Amino acid sequence: MSQPSTETRSVVVEREVPFPPEKIWRALTQPHLIEEWLMKNDFKPLVGQAFSLRGDWGSVDCQVLTVEPNRSLAYTWGALGLDSVVTWTLTPTSIGTLLRMEQAGFRQDQEQAYRGASAGWRNFFANLEAVLGRMD
Amino acid sequence: MAGSHDVLFRTLADPTRRAIFERLCLEGEQTVGALTARAGVSQPAVSKHLGVLKQAGLVRDRHEGRQTHYSAQLGALAPLVDWTSQMAGFWESRFDDLEDLLRRMDQ
Repeated sequence: MSQPSTETRSVVVEREVPFPPEKIWRALTQPHLIEEWLMKNDFKPLVGQAFSLRGDWGSVDCQVLTVEPNRSLAYTWGALGLDSVVTWTLTPTSIGTLLRMEQAGFRQDQEQAYRGASAGWRNFFANLEAVLGRMD
Repeated sequence: MAGSHDVLFRTLADPTRRAIFERLCLEGEQTVGALTARAGVSQPAVSKHLGVLKQAGLVRDRHEGRQTHYSAQLGALAPLVDWTSQMAGFWESRFDDLEDLLRRMDQ
């Protein structure tokens, strides 16, 4: 699922689901549906549109990059100082749809900065405290 | 959450222990005495916290004369900061919820 490379790293999750692309597209692009499986949000399917995803641990800053209805959706994903791009691809199959999510662009220097820099450590501890708070 | 995560979270859940670990991360190797001076708790208490941190693999000790020097082992945090495996787990569970939603949308 994870693919190491010299420049950037990415996460790929792929699943064939027994539903048509049109239906999945709605779940990926309608705010009240996005909230049910991902996070609270103010998403709008317009290229260039900024939106945020809000969890109880903090928020993710995003911007829409690609909107190809029923086929492809991409947005930036910025959280805890790490910038990446999330791309959804929908491919029709005989039983439904092959749904693919790729989150790409964790640069190695970002990850090293995150591990080592004092600013990164403050982020880490803030995040850890949020996680611990949720565990109570 | 994997077992190694549980140990790390449990170990760092105590604020005094977390403060000691954070200081070792930010300021480098230190003796128990130096840590005690600013920890706000007794030296035996600091030693006890260091023992727990050591057991979790978060600190390493080095003996020099009568002094013991402690340093942070950042590698022990790798399970928490390995973004690709963290995010893969995150997305797998989001896919589960998305599939649940798609099933409910049918009805």
